Amino acid sequence: MDYPFHDWLPMAFAGLMGISILIYVVLDGFDLGVGILSIRATEEERDIMIGSIGPFWDANETWLVMAVGLLLVAFPAAHGEILTALYLPTTLMLIGLILRGVAFEFRAKAPAERKETWDRAFFAGSLIAALTQGYMLGVYVLGLDQSWGGIAFGLLTALCLAAGYAFIGATWVLAKTEGFLQLKAAHWARVLIWVAALGMVAISLATPFASPEIFDKWFRFPEIILLAPIPLMTAGLFVGLVMLLRVMPLSGDAWVWAPFTMTTAVFILGFFGLAYSFFPYVVPSQVTLWEAASARESLAIILVGALVTLPIIGGYTIFAYRVFGGKATALRYE
Amino acid sequence: MDALILARIQFAANISFHILFPTITIALGWYLVFLKARFAATKDIAWMEIYRFWVKVFALSFGLGVVSGITMSFQFGTNWPGFMEKVGNVAGPLLAYEIMTAFFLEALFLGIMLFGFGKVSNWVHTSATVLVAFGTTLSAFWILVLNSWMHTPQGFEMIDGVVHATDWWAIIFNPSMPYRLVHMLIASGLTVAFLVAGISALRWLWGDRSKGIRRALKSGVYLAALLIPAQILVGDLHGLNTLEHQPAKVAAMEGNWETAGNVPLLLFALPDEEARENRFEIGIPNGASLILKHEAAGEVPGLNDFYAEDGTKLHPPVTPVFFSFRIMVGIGVLMLLTSWALSVKLFRTGAPGVWGARALVAMTFSGWIATLAGWYVTEIGRQPWLVTGVLDTASAAAEHPVPILGLSLGLYLTVYAVLLAAYIGAILHMAKKASKGENVPVPETATGPMPVPAE
Ligand code: HDD
Ligand code: HEM
Ligand code: HEM
Repeated sequence: MDYPFHDWLPMAFAGLMGISILIYVVLDGFDLGVGILSIRATEEERDIMIGSIGPFWDANETWLVMAVGLLLVAFPAAHGEILTALYLPTTLMLIGLILRGVAFEFRAKAPAERKETWDRAFFAGSLIAALTQGYMLGVYVLGLDQSWGGIAFGLLTALCLAAGYAFIGATWVLAKTEGFLQLKAAHWARVLIWVAALGMVAISLATPFASPEIFDKWFRFPEIILLAPIPLMTAGLFVGLVMLLRVMPLSGDAWVWAPFTMTTAVFILGFFGLAYSFFPYVVPSQVTLWEAASARESLAIILVGALVTLPIIGGYTIFAYRVFGGKATALRYE
Repeated sequence: MDALILARIQFAANISFHILFPTITIALGWYLVFLKARFAATKDIAWMEIYRFWVKVFALSFGLGVVSGITMSFQFGTNWPGFMEKVGNVAGPLLAYEIMTAFFLEALFLGIMLFGFGKVSNWVHTSATVLVAFGTTLSAFWILVLNSWMHTPQGFEMIDGVVHATDWWAIIFNPSMPYRLVHMLIASGLTVAFLVAGISALRWLWGDRSKGIRRALKSGVYLAALLIPAQILVGDLHGLNTLEHQPAKVAAMEGNWETAGNVPLLLFALPDEEARENRFEIGIPNGASLILKHEAAGEVPGLNDFYAEDGTKLHPPVTPVFFSFRIMVGIGVLMLLTSWALSVKLFRTGAPGVWGARALVAMTFSGWIATLAGWYVTEIGRQPWLVTGVLDTASAAAEHPVPILGLSLGLYLTVYAVLLAAYIGAILHMAKKASKGENVPVPETATGPMPVPAE
């Protein structure tokens, strides 16, 4: 296929949108994961776990607003089509995010006897958001397939993405805590890695088989060789993670950020694989990014703003993470 | 019920829920900056006590604002795909600038503002508080630019049935934007002023006589007394601006069926859309003509003017606009009376008195009601248009099966009802706890009292 590459604005926006989704999946992925794991923690442990994400979750969630905002502003036609097709899961996801977000506040501020209820809402909201995102990913990968087969696949990816989030959440808790909770986190990570891996394999296999075009993109010569590093590196990271987790936590907290960093790398690789498969479509096999893009003069206006603001946003993000670096404590709220 | 009605109810429910919290956070952020500044200037720990209470209300309101805002941003795609397809070239950049300049700013510095005390210097903490307050105001600016553009669109051309921007300056500074922005910002100030005054009055009634409570009470009442005349003036100017650009809305607000002079200002009436007349009218003779045209014989547009040639109605539904307008203005008048009467009393005696305190408690959430009523005037008054003269509401809607829409609407309404109850309950609970002095005491250090934020 020949792509109109000289018309580069839509590609720049697809890139920006992709990066926003990737940042969202990593950052809110670990928040949601911590939320899912919180059900297995004691009350004090839960306070610390929630304290470890409290200062960040709002900014992390803003990347979702950014991603859907870019979809909305840059590819209005695709935005309507995707979100109308995924109406129910989107609604459920929003309800999950609402529950999770407000539970942060209410668990600390509502009367003490309600704390447990809000803690459950926190868990349930995190789980619902993770499951519905996984479901949407599965259905999207199959080209918004709403048949029984599509739904079944969506349910599988729902479970696996939730496990993936819980896994990266466990590696976050592992890095941010000490003592018994840290041991617990290492144990969670050792179990969850297998379910998360199953999900990655399932999606990697399903994508090419769902569409001959994608199959061709991966398995023709010389692409198959040029692309081989993606699955190979993923497999290598996976083996490394399994071995490292066996011995974590190490004395003196050595390598404590390694599992989280390696998992982030796996997410990035998986994301590039998907991006390569779908390019140049925004709605798989139906609408290309050039067809869906809005007027170029409006895109140019946004791009100028993005080029100025994104580095600044990056700057504040680093600043905020440094302020709250080190081991987490329960937040000082009443 | 058809799908369009359900989709409209759902959108209206979502935005009505969302707007409650920004209305509080926009002004509360600045109020917190004010409290910090007073503490820095006087080193009086009473200011820090007020700060510690209201920063928690801020955190709670902000959390609810964020989660309901995220729902809002998905609504465009899930329910109104036609909106972005037709006017996305204008709406898109405005929304994108809101996200990039305002949302990230407030979200990232919120963590430092709420939990960063002791981790960063006092100077950085104050800057974070200012940046969060500035971010919420900037959010309001961008979204109101978009909303005002939908009411009074300018600076665009139509190419193949799609809006293309030609002049961004005209789009941003469209004719109704300055009025709407100022009126909304003052509305936020009033909402917070009455919230602070009302909760403090409640604590006063519960027997809390601390210095902090007296200060908070005074600051709320004085702020309200200062803002309300400005709000009434700006409201009047806003109405004149609407008369120029959206006369059908003004006709519905006034309940005026026939274009004529000497139109009375209706205090009460029951508009009847079938018969196209009002029942049980009580009005001030020539009032509407005087307010809108500044002369008794001034001609006021009537609803009869707004019909297309084929007979389709081009004016909004009259009853909701008419009553919402009266609720808003009525609350404005009540706000004027209570805030001025209590200012005098507080200034003279330093205490609100039992009845004064009760009046303030009754007015605690009056800002919310006036704000919602005002938005209903604005938004319902724009119907049948979504973007005046460019896009009508019906053609922007997505086609979802009625049961699915019913399900999502039911879910949202349930969640919102629970959250609203929990929100008010949590504020009352925090007020009760604080009145009993169950807060962590302010630590004293060698250099004097140490400020602690959210505990
Ligand atoms: C505390 C809240 C509050 C109070 C006391 C008032 N308003 Fe208001 N009003 C609003 C809060 C508000 C609002 C919610 O903020 C609106 C909706 C959209 C907007 O810009 O402001 C609004 C809209 C609005 C409009 C509709 C403009 C349009 O969309 O075309 C008019 C004509 C007025 N107001 C006039 C008044 C007058 C004459 C008041 C005198 C008492 C008044 N308002 C008090
Ligand atoms: C500033 C940003 C806003 C935007 C972009 C916006 C946009 C819209 C849109 C797209 C609709 C179409 C749905 C419909 O007609 O039913 C609508 C209607 C409506 N909006 Fe807004 N709105 C905004 C603010 C508000 C606020 C703050 C409120 C109330 C608190 C509000 C209340 C309503 C209501 C009640 C309707 C329904 C009108 C009707 O259908 O009769 N809006 N608005
Ligand atoms: C259709 C209309 C609207 C959409 C799509 C929308 C979207 C959003 C989103 C996504 C957030 C969360 C931002 C974050 O992650 O920090 C938010 C928060 C906010 N919104 Fe809205 N919003 C709308 C209407 C309004 C209106 C009418 C106002 C006020 C006039 C407003 C003022 C704010 C403010 C001040 C915040 C900051 C958070 C808070 O104070 O709770 N928004 N909005």
